[in-house]
Amino acid sequence: MRRFLLPLAIFIVLAGFLAVGLRLNPREVPSPLIGKAVPAFRLAQLHAGDKFISPEDMRGKVWLLNVWASWCVSCKQEHPVLIDLNKQNRIAIVGLNYKDERGAAISWLNQHGGDPYLVSAVDADGRVGIDFGVYGVPETFLIDKNGTIRYKHIGPVTVEALKTKILPLAEELARG
Amino acid sequence: MARSIFLNGGQESALAVRRFFRLLLLVFAIPVAAAADGGVARPVGDPVVEARVNRLAEELRCLTCMGQSIADSQSSFSSDMKREIRAMIVAGKSDKEIIDFMVQRYGDFVLYRPPVKSTTWLLWGGPFVLLALALLFLAGKLRKRSAQVVTQLSESEHRQAAGLLGKREGESP
Repeated sequence: MRRFLLPLAIFIVLAGFLAVGLRLNPREVPSPLIGKAVPAFRLAQLHAGDKFISPEDMRGKVWLLNVWASWCVSCKQEHPVLIDLNKQNRIAIVGLNYKDERGAAISWLNQHGGDPYLVSAVDADGRVGIDFGVYGVPETFLIDKNGTIRYKHIGPVTVEALKTKILPLAEELARG
Repeated sequence: MARSIFLNGGQESALAVRRFFRLLLLVFAIPVAAAADGGVARPVGDPVVEARVNRLAEELRCLTCMGQSIADSQSSFSSDMKREIRAMIVAGKSDKEIIDFMVQRYGDFVLYRPPVKSTTWLLWGGPFVLLALALLFLAGKLRKRSAQVVTQLSESEHRQAAGLLGKREGESP
């Protein structure tokens, strides 16, 4: 019997690795931007094309940058959550309207319950998105008062994620 | 850590598989290409630049499609990346600067060849550690076996063995 112990042990170790591997989400690639300064940009605003928005305008505040688009299916899922968050007045949300058309973006907001964003920046060709390491929409960044990226949420923002991670961290950053 | 091992572990084999399929595609594409002749739009531009774009694109992972490189993928993410690489080449950036640009934004995960560093030593060194362990195990086994074979029987053991064999003669064929 003892000769089976070693193969059995190896099997159990391998099965353990596979079990852990199956539970990881391969889409959640850790962002190298956490702890780094928010990439600089100056983009036209969605609702006022002659005005601009830049991360500098948000200095001194803890804020969320939410990457969204009218073509993005899972953005529909997170949109009510963002609208609700905006109503609570706890944190400013800036939108990055990624690779979208202005008209389509504005009518998408109107169709899906309103505009939760303080302002949305128009990143029509996706260049700024590349600087943020965006590879899937929606993505959400939490940025502190000094303009450092503190957290990145990949995929639709959920009530759960806000309650357990994003808002506690944001409140801590606002105090500190 | 476990994640990076798993996802990177398949890269070499993924590369080999992709090469194989590309070869296969090529074989099937020859008659099609002969028939279609110029039906497919070729990217216009400097062929030297395009060759560099393709070489760099082979090294970078398409993050939205996971198992593919940017060169293989038709996704909009990949075409944006290729556009960015092309722009940087035209701006006179070196290959290293372009790769660093991507790693700064997307992390090491964007590379198909993970760099050797503290978090990846197990990935790079693991196979050699396993090989060394296997060799040690084999050496131990062989030494034990040779020690057994050399044993010689003493006079009394010979007699005992002969007696045992004689006793069993009637029983077994």
